[in-house]
Amino acid sequence: MGSSALILLTICGIAFAGGGILLSRVLAKRSANVVKGEPYECGIPTTGTSWIQFHVGYYLFALIFLVFDVELVFMYPWAVVVQKIGMSAFIEIIIFMFILFMGLLYAWKKGALKWM
Amino acid sequence: MVDLLKGYNVEKLKSENLRLLLTYSFASLSSHIHAWLISSMGDGMAALVSEMLIVGICLIAFLVPLCFFLGYMERKVAAFMQLRLGPNRVGPKGSLQIVADTVKLLFKEGLTPTASDKFLFNLAPIIVVVTSMLVMAPIAFAKDLQIWDLSIGVLYVTSISSIAVIGILMAGWSSYNKYSLLGAMRSGAQIVSYELSIGLSILSVIVLTGSLKMSDIVMSQSNGWWIFKGHLPMWISFVIFIIASTAEINRAPFDLTEAEQELTAGFHTEYSGMKFAMFLLSEYINLFVVSAIAATLFLGGWMPFHIGHWELFNHIMDFIPSSIWFMGKTLFIIFIIMQFRWTFPRLRVDQLLTLEWKYLLPISMVNILLATLIAIMGWHF
Repeated sequence: MGSSALILLTICGIAFAGGGILLSRVLAKRSANVVKGEPYECGIPTTGTSWIQFHVGYYLFALIFLVFDVELVFMYPWAVVVQKIGMSAFIEIIIFMFILFMGLLYAWKKGALKWM
Repeated sequence: MVDLLKGYNVEKLKSENLRLLLTYSFASLSSHIHAWLISSMGDGMAALVSEMLIVGICLIAFLVPLCFFLGYMERKVAAFMQLRLGPNRVGPKGSLQIVADTVKLLFKEGLTPTASDKFLFNLAPIIVVVTSMLVMAPIAFAKDLQIWDLSIGVLYVTSISSIAVIGILMAGWSSYNKYSLLGAMRSGAQIVSYELSIGLSILSVIVLTGSLKMSDIVMSQSNGWWIFKGHLPMWISFVIFIIASTAEINRAPFDLTEAEQELTAGFHTEYSGMKFAMFLLSEYINLFVVSAIAATLFLGGWMPFHIGHWELFNHIMDFIPSSIWFMGKTLFIIFIIMQFRWTFPRLRVDQLLTLEWKYLLPISMVNILLATLIAIMGWHF
């Protein structure tokens, strides 16, 4: 199959998940109750909003990830042709990796990789 | 056969690969069905739609029993490792336990919290299942048995599987529950971090094969699997791949997202009934996909166990069907990942991130340079 596989698999997934959920909606017994709609915690109503602020560390890691992920995307085409090009591609990737590694060391030194 | 040889070192392969003709190829079957559909319906939408229907039904008929089996296997492996019996009441040796559980979940009410974002809350399980379905496309189940053998197969898998994090974040955020939100944020940080190591260890195989196409990667292992041909760097990247993919699919010891003692059930705390079953299902499909990719890249996919020029041995190995080789290797890796769960204690968030950023990432960066050196100098077999 060609690219129609994408359409097929998307439809398959939606039909499978949606079908299951709809079937259970038809089959399952339902009852209305205010308590059922409360957030699942220890039994006491939740204090304040549940959409709380979270730790800034998550953002830091996301930022470092972006840098390295773009690097990874650059390396895919390189990896396909490296055997044809040979030694010069190897030397170039060493320079590329060196710069990246320095970036990682910088982030490390600045404490960006430390949790809390 | 000739089509498969495209893109790789054709002269070298042709001399070595004549023996592969022994392995049954599904290409004849699929082309036969294709020709029959076109002859009976014409070369239009009808043939295409019915072909899609056949493939879709086959896929679901494969995936649902697979998920049942993996659920059963997980509980039996857990029992085996803890000296328990495990499920042994429903069906022979308890094999229908998971079916009974699914029927139970089907009859459970699917609750939606009043304060939640209802649209996103219901969309999240569907997104998670759709992404894990989409990743199935380029996987080579047997010789020429692939849904879509696209030229960027491995890149496609890595890019699509990273969409799953959106579904998880969506589920956590829309639930209006602090546990869910924290679990989802942890999952985001974890999946995003470990993706780098997965990418780098995949790249070290791509450097050796010179192609992103799944069938080319399998064909390049016809005289030995990469884990044997590629010396030490392949072993390192195999181990890194297994560790990182265990983290990527949120399984223990990296199951911080659903750490029961801290976060109740993590991002799916508020889900119940069939919506919860969807998360469970996608978890098992992801487990299968990750193991299948590991088997394809490092253990030769459907390729029988061949040793260099031992013609007789290779001929005997070819008599075992390719699908059995593929499923055997995949189940072996799944078994390893299931054992991890009962072998290692759960990591803390800071330990998790330290492991990735201070150990796995530098190691895999150096490792890919080693693999490149081996590829360029021709030191691999």
